[in-house]
Amino acid sequence: MTLSAFAYQLLEIILGVITAPVLLGWVNQCRAWLQNRSAPSLWQPYRSLHKLFYKQAVLAENASPLFRVAPYVVFGTMVLVVAIVPSLETRLPFTVAADAIALVGLLATARVFLSLAAMDIGAAFGTLGARREMMIGFLAEPALLMVLFVAAMISQTTSLPLIAERLSSESLALYPSLAFTAVAFAMVLLAENARIPIDNPATHLELTMIHEATLLEYSARHLALMEWAASLKLYNYVCIGITLFLPFGVATQSQGTTGLALAIVALALKLLVAGSSLALFETVSAKLRIFRAPEFLATAFLLAVLGMLVHLLLGA
Amino acid sequence: MTKWLSRAVPVRGSPGTGELVVNSTSWIDVAHDVSSGGGQLASLWTTSGDESGNHANVRAVFLINASVLIVTLPIVDDSLSYRGLETLFPSAVRMQRAAFDLTGIRSDAPDQRPWLRHAAWPAHWHPLKFPAMRSEIAAKSIDNYEFVRVEGDGVHEIPVGPVHAGIIEPGHFRFSIVGEKVLRLEERLGYVHKGIEHRFTELHLFEAHRLAARICGDSAVAFSWAYCQAAEGLTNVRVPQRGLYLRALALELERLQNHLGDLGALGNDAGFAFGLAQFSRIKEHLLRVINGALGQRYLFDWIVPGGTARDIDAASSNDLIAFAHEVASEVRHLRQIYEEHSGLRDRFSGAGRVEVQLASQLGLTGLAGRASGQSLDLRVDRPWPPYDQLAVTKCVRQEGDVAARVALRFDEVQETCVLIAKILRELPWGPVRVETPLPNVPGFAVGLIEGWRGPVLIALQNGGEGKISRCHAHDPSWHNWPVLEHAIIDNIVPDFPLINKSFNLAYSGHDL
Repeated sequence: MTLSAFAYQLLEIILGVITAPVLLGWVNQCRAWLQNRSAPSLWQPYRSLHKLFYKQAVLAENASPLFRVAPYVVFGTMVLVVAIVPSLETRLPFTVAADAIALVGLLATARVFLSLAAMDIGAAFGTLGARREMMIGFLAEPALLMVLFVAAMISQTTSLPLIAERLSSESLALYPSLAFTAVAFAMVLLAENARIPIDNPATHLELTMIHEATLLEYSARHLALMEWAASLKLYNYVCIGITLFLPFGVATQSQGTTGLALAIVALALKLLVAGSSLALFETVSAKLRIFRAPEFLATAFLLAVLGMLVHLLLGA
Repeated sequence: MTKWLSRAVPVRGSPGTGELVVNSTSWIDVAHDVSSGGGQLASLWTTSGDESGNHANVRAVFLINASVLIVTLPIVDDSLSYRGLETLFPSAVRMQRAAFDLTGIRSDAPDQRPWLRHAAWPAHWHPLKFPAMRSEIAAKSIDNYEFVRVEGDGVHEIPVGPVHAGIIEPGHFRFSIVGEKVLRLEERLGYVHKGIEHRFTELHLFEAHRLAARICGDSAVAFSWAYCQAAEGLTNVRVPQRGLYLRALALELERLQNHLGDLGALGNDAGFAFGLAQFSRIKEHLLRVINGALGQRYLFDWIVPGGTARDIDAASSNDLIAFAHEVASEVRHLRQIYEEHSGLRDRFSGAGRVEVQLASQLGLTGLAGRASGQSLDLRVDRPWPPYDQLAVTKCVRQEGDVAARVALRFDEVQETCVLIAKILRELPWGPVRVETPLPNVPGFAVGLIEGWRGPVLIALQNGGEGKISRCHAHDPSWHNWPVLEHAIIDNIVPDFPLINKSFNLAYSGHDL
């Protein structure tokens, strides 16, 4: 590990943390365009964060220390995930420190803290939201693991940077098994990030909320951290998707600064495409009834299993 | 049934209305006969007695097929109580509770909890009985409203509102649920009680139509027409044909605005924001065309005693006809999208179903009623001028779920667009308004109009010299709110906003 590796790592983290709200702004902008509305600015999420950071935080009287700590834990976990996912370069100090399974564990940690904090106040909506969040989580996790296993079997490793290197080094090798798992992963991404058709990020109806309901009791800087963490989660999922299915353009250690610059451009393009596809999908879909969510995620799991079978049987 | 109708004395205002003054035994007999004859309770209210010797009374309005029967029970003794009608007409419960809060005249129903009275005034004070003491009454009492509790393993309550996460009107909903399944919903309303019925008594007879228009913003035309129908009935004024046609135009435009808004909002509540964007666009376009043609976006104060406030010129009339065609074809296109969208279809169909039999038992009325096979539409069944010349086609559905209420709105949008064009093409020439002389004797009149939500009623008691001694305004939401409590049973909690939206009931017009 050289000093430059640490500098690159730092750059990757800062870039991720800064880009995440912009990605959300881009998705919202595309959604607005697709609905024939005039779009909010790309920087709108930053304006909201700015507003929230300058407000006075209000806590419920019976809030425990957990409630105050949770935003920092959730945000910290998401920043750590940014460091682990090799979005720019493959051989960085953090990216090699944890493999895909540890990553799923980290995401689960964030969810646990989010849900515990939601139940902490004892208000009905928080509990309702936490319950739904856990339901979605325990259905989505196996599907996500399955997706990661397929990629791991193809590359013979569970380490994300090695998967990325392996897949990007082969010139345009097409894996049918990865096609199945890519669809499965997209479904998991929608469910995990509280997007339509599982949850509606734009809703004001407290009875239908999943993710938003867990945040109802938060205000000011705590809420800002939670919102930022949510946008980081979306960014992370998109980056994981890119690492698994479109790693082309990611820099390896040998490529130096030029490689890194190219990787940044490639990542920006991929995020643009991913964000607009997400907006398109959300615009043409309606929200599912909550009890259809198990079917939705079971389909994702099934597709991931199919991907694995295709790989095992056809070796492709 | 016919024996009561034949004994009724004609009442002014809404054509074909009769009043029957009864004693306490025939009060129940009439209600019984109406109930067994398939009639519905349209409204119930009480009036306090006064110094000039008028007795306190309780009035019920029944709709029997096409006829309207007002039954008045004078309360001659000091008991200030009467037999409740809740066993025959379930929707009477809340009206009786509200009537007690306002006038202190009590029914004998088992449910005696306050309805309109929250913590704002003490239990012994009744705003319509001692209005003079209004300023001396301060908010003192503590509100311990007893919700019905559901006991059982794993049952818990979710209190929702009156302050909501979005900007909507205040209402409290108490859900008892197991997991996501709703076992029981209990509503508590009355948070927007403003004392409108008292305010009427401070206004001049020919001024109060402005207040009537503001009872419920989305039914401004319906309420102001109902008011003017009653006020004109007191004076025997004949509104000119052109005025009547322009009133009908306004009523249909109001229906169209509300249906367009609701269809968009229903799509949005199912997570389909495209629908909201499209319907909002059409609605805004409509409001601008209305503004161009009639000089105002929403038609408050368009209807005035004696006719309408303004006339419409030929060019604007042609604009409106052309635009009605445009709306009809655009909505037809959007309907296709809604109906072919598998996600929306899945959310709409089967949600919040009110079976035909339940709807008739509970007295579901208006738009929601027609989606559950209750085929009453006053424009068709009991047409008042000019609807007797317009030959409206009635839209009815049997399924009673959210999908049916959506489909019914789509049907009515088409019908309303046809009607708007028809009204404008057949618009008679002549004045739009006549002078209205003051009635010289006290009298009683009712106005009854089919608003977009259902039958809207105004009962007006004139005290002489242009004074209003009592004015009761009734919104169809009184009947439909209790049915919503049944519609949600066995559905899941996240479907409630959608089901609620498909009814889209009034808060302001209901709480008065």
